[in-house]
This record gives sequence, C-alpha cells and structure tokens, in this order.
Amino acid sequence: MLTIKNLHAEVEGKKILKGINLEINKGEMHAIMGPNGSGKSSLASVLAGRDNYTVTEGEVWFNGKNLLDMAPEDRAREGVFLAFQYPVEIPGVSNLNFLKTALNEIRAYKGLPALEAREFLKLTKEKQQLVDFHSNLMNRSLNEGFSGGEKKRNEIFQLAMLDPQLAILDETDSGLDIDALRIVSNGVNKLRDGEKSFVVITHYQRLLEYIIPDFVHVLYNGRIIKTGTKELALELEERGYDWLKEELHLKESV
Amino acid sequence: MTSDMILPFYQALTEDVNALSAQVPALATDTLQDIRRKALERFSTIGLPTLKTEAWRYTNIQRYLKEFPYELLTTAAAVAEDVVNSTAIPELDCYRVVLVNGHLQADQSTLPEGKGITIGAMSANTTATGFVTYFNEQQHLAAESMAQLNTALFADGLYIELAANTVVDKPIHVVNVYSCTAHAFIQPRHLWVLNRNAAATIIETSIHPETATIAFANSVLETVVMENAELWHYNIQQGAESFREVHTTAAQQHKDSRYHHFNFTLPNTPFTRNNLSVALKGSHTETNLNGLYIASKHQHVDNHTFMDHIMPDCNSNELYKGVLLDSSNGVFTGKILVHQEAQKTNAFQQNNNLLLGTKADINSQPQLEIYADDVKCSHGFTAGQFSEESMFYLRSRGIGEDAAKALMVNAFSHDITDAVKVPALQHFLQEQIAEIMNN
Repeated sequence: MLTIKNLHAEVEGKKILKGINLEINKGEMHAIMGPNGSGKSSLASVLAGRDNYTVTEGEVWFNGKNLLDMAPEDRAREGVFLAFQYPVEIPGVSNLNFLKTALNEIRAYKGLPALEAREFLKLTKEKQQLVDFHSNLMNRSLNEGFSGGEKKRNEIFQLAMLDPQLAILDETDSGLDIDALRIVSNGVNKLRDGEKSFVVITHYQRLLEYIIPDFVHVLYNGRIIKTGTKELALELEERGYDWLKEELHLKESV
Repeated sequence: MTSDMILPFYQALTEDVNALSAQVPALATDTLQDIRRKALERFSTIGLPTLKTEAWRYTNIQRYLKEFPYELLTTAAAVAEDVVNSTAIPELDCYRVVLVNGHLQADQSTLPEGKGITIGAMSANTTATGFVTYFNEQQHLAAESMAQLNTALFADGLYIELAANTVVDKPIHVVNVYSCTAHAFIQPRHLWVLNRNAAATIIETSIHPETATIAFANSVLETVVMENAELWHYNIQQGAESFREVHTTAAQQHKDSRYHHFNFTLPNTPFTRNNLSVALKGSHTETNLNGLYIASKHQHVDNHTFMDHIMPDCNSNELYKGVLLDSSNGVFTGKILVHQEAQKTNAFQQNNNLLLGTKADINSQPQLEIYADDVKCSHGFTAGQFSEESMFYLRSRGIGEDAAKALMVNAFSHDITDAVKVPALQHFLQEQIAEIMNN
C-alpha cells in the first residue's frame, strides 16, 4: 500500500530525514519509535505534505501513485490521514461544517455525490458512538476550547468519519491521561478492520500496551536503525535507546 | 443655456459650483431652498476633500471624480422589472421599496401600509412634521463637504416616518437602482424618522445595471431614532465595476433607543467611501456598528465612522472586519468622542483585517477623544494572514485550497454575519461570501 524508498528531506536547509525505507501493507499496524529529534514527526509531515519540508531524494508510492507529487488535499482524498500531534483550533468553523466539507470534497474527488443531510447525520452519530466522542462537541467551533484529550479524540473521530486507507497517528498519546489514552486506543482498535493500515508514531511504549503493533521501527537521526516486533518496544522501554545507538556506531565504524 | 455652455462636472465642482444649481429642479419650500443655498455656499467655501483634509488622508476622491466626464443626473428613467427582481434576497419575506436614482418607483414597490406608517418620496413629504424637524438637522453633516454637495444639489430620496408605537411587521427592502445612459453623478437624499417606541428593520441593497456607463453615487441618509425606538439597518453594497460610491449615514439616537447598523461592502466597486456617524442625544442608548468589507482587484474601500457620545450611560460597540484580496486598499477610521457630560460611557471598537492579496493594504486609525473621567473605552486593530497551520490542517482533511480559504473567511466574518438577525439575509450573506471566495 505504501512504499517509502530512500527518503531524504530537509527543513530550512537542515537535513532531517536521511534515507528512510519502509513498506506498509494492507491492514498492518506499524509503530515508529525513537528519541526526541530523531525525525518521527517530520516523517509524518512529509507524508501528509506539509510544505516547509523539501524532499531532496527518494520516492513515496501509495497504491501505485507518486504521493510526493500530490497536494496535501489530494493525498487525503487518495486515502492518507494524519492525526496531528497538535490539532489546530479554528474559531468560527463548526466541527460539523468542517467534516461535511471534508467528506464531500473527498467524495467529489472519487466521483461520488455529496451526502444527503440525513445520511451525513446518521454517519456522524454512528462514528461518534464508535469512538466515544461527545455529541456536545460537534456543534462547537473546530477544536476551540477543547481540552488536550478532547482534541485528540476529535482526531480519532475525524479518522473514523473520513475512513482513510492509511492513518498516521503522530504522537496521539502524548499529553493524555490514562483514561483518555484508553478511550483513544479503543477508538483506534475498533477502526482496525484488516483493510486500514496504521502508522503509530510514539515516544512512549505505554501506548503499545493498548494498540498492539505488527512491527516496531526505531527511528534515529533520520533513519530507521532497527525493525522488530512488539517485543522490541518492551526492550526499548527497559533499556532505553543508548544500546541501539552504540550498536549503530559499532556497525558504522566497521 | 445650451448644453455646450455647461462646464464639465468636475470643473464646475472646483470652479463654479453655482452653475450646477441651475441644473437641479427647485424644492418645494422656501426653507428648503434656503437650506440648499447655504449648503452650496458651505461647499464653495470648503471645496472638495483633498489628501490634506484630515478625514480623507488615505482616500483621494478627486482621482475618482476626474476619472470620467460625469454629468449631474437628477432624473430617472424606468428600469425593467427583471433588473429589480434580480436584487431580491431569496426566501426573504419583506416589503419592497424601489428607488431609481433616488426616485421612488411606486408601481414596482410593495410598501408597508397601516396606521402610523408614512413612506414615500422626500419631495412629497416636505411638510411632514418629521421632515420639518429633522431634515438636515445633523450637525455632523456640516463638516463633510460631500454631504454639503448632496444637500445643495439633491433631487429626491426616500422618506420614512413611523409614528410613536408603530412597529413594521416585516423588513423593508430598499432597492437602490442607479441607472444612467451616460456617465452620471447621482445624489439621492433620504430621511427616516422612528418616533417613540417605533421599530423597523430596513435592508438596503444597490444595483447599477449598466456596464458601459459609470454611475457615481453620493447619497446621504439621515436617521432619527427617538426615545425607546429600535432600528435595524443593513446596508449591503454589492458592487459593480461601473459603480463608484460615497455613502453618508448620519444617525441620531434619543433616550433608551437602540440602533444596529450593518455595512457589508462586497466586490467589485472600485471606489467606496462610507461615512457613518451616530450622535447620542439621550442617555441609556445602545449602538452596534458592524462592518464587513471584502475587496478585490484594485478596489478602494474606506469606512469612516464617528461615535459621538454626548450623553451619559450609553453603550456603543463597533466591530469592523476586512478581507483584502489582490491589490485592494482598505481604510478604517473609528472616531469615538466622549463629551465631558457623557459619564459612564461604554465605548468599544475593534477593526480586524485579513490581508490576503500580495499587494493589499489597510490603513486603520482609531481616534479616541475622551473628556469624561468615568468611562470604559477600548479599541483594537489587527491585520494578518491565514494561519498556515490552519490551512494545512484543513487541506490535510481533503479540503481543497479554495474551499479552505472560503471556510476561513466565513470563520473570520462569522461574528458579523452571526449578528444579522434576519435568517434569510444571514444565509444570503454567507452564500455571497462563499461565492466570492470560490471565484
């Protein structure tokens, strides 16, 4: 579904990604871990098309299409979804109107008619229940005055509504208390349908107690330096990242 | 006098304005003729505004007056029904008043009727009590030469008087048609008087149907809101490339009255100047001035406002928001004068702008003069662009750039449109804004 080949990217002349290779297949759950500043969030930003990043080398293919050639909205319409680390507050745009616009723009791109008001409301209600999102937040301005947890839950709710093929969750767990973390994780788990693929970017292993990954990748200094299964996350929790760094330096000096 | 002896209009304005008065039909009463003569004298003395005129520092009106060879137009020819109908606001249940160049078209209008409602041509109401008492009574007009020019040379306009306790049950939609077969300078003059406890909602729109001939309107409206009366006044300036406008509204409010003024300036009129002044002549009044201007291309939009707090215990709230696209210029002036007697005044003012065009700019100047010591006054100004982060957020959800901008502009203007109390009008305005942003 997603193939990343030798991806290099920089921001304001600073090299951030230095040759990422990653293959994600249908229905898989990938976790990307790594110390601060390793390039985790940058990878998410490059995939979603944030324009302050310049790709200097490499390719990204999504269902056979060149993702890097597409505007951010077209990536979304093709089925890529980024749950933001810091969701934006937009006063004056109601959550409902925002979702309706997004959904209908995606449908128009696929040649589908706009949803009838009744269908839209039905879908909204269904997804709200699925991810446990309070209906009283629906008519408010987008994320305005939401707590940190409410914002993250709104990201998962949007994910449920827009139903992408690939969801990238950028530190969705950071800043959440344990109850909110549980709700968010439950939402994600309910959306795992064997079709959708996930990339979960996290700094902490604790998220992976709730969302069980198929693969764990360690990103360090702009590259994936180790790939393993869920056990790798536990090892990182116990041992930190230093042993990996040492391993890497040994390899490089040989 | 043959036509080739008439001085070109702009030259007459600057050299011999008296020559123009011969082109205007005489008014009905000696008093009016006298008012007109004095206004002409006053205009001759102060002359057209220049960039040295304090109130016109950022707006070069002479450039626009010289732009085309205008002729003073004081008459109106009939305008086709479909032109008038094109101005209808969908789903709005309202009365309709059609004015062509300020002249009431009774056969195309649906006027409110009933006890206490006087609505008709100015020229037919010059002996009405409200007219005799309030016509040209606003002191603020004396300082403004374009208003003096209007007083000196106007032909007709709309007179509304509501007797005490009269409430008009539906909004009155005033359709201002400016129509001309040659470039024309047109000066409607209106007076609306709401007596004690009266209430009305008046929505003004304007249309200039011809594209080949330029219409320059210099209109003056005086509104009087008497004790405990309430006026909701919406002025919707839907523009046209072939239109230019100076629009002066001078309001006065008396004890316990409420005045809500909304001004929407939309593309594409190249030049718009709105003078709005409110004199608070009684205490415990409430005033809301809301403005939204969306300008594109080389449009110049100047909103010049003056809140005159003469009496104590009055509240005024002013919010003007601007969206400046392309190479458009915005000017906002917000003067608040709090007289020494006007203790316990609350006067708030805010001007926020979105500068979206690479060559767009805004000049904004608050002018607060406060002579009372127990008051709450504030003002604020912002100019900014869309937050890139917000744009990226919307686009990352599949919303295209244009739709995202439209959402953001709607969001920016929502506190103005939300304050519109007529649902059909509110919907109409939101649609207009979305349409502008999608083009």
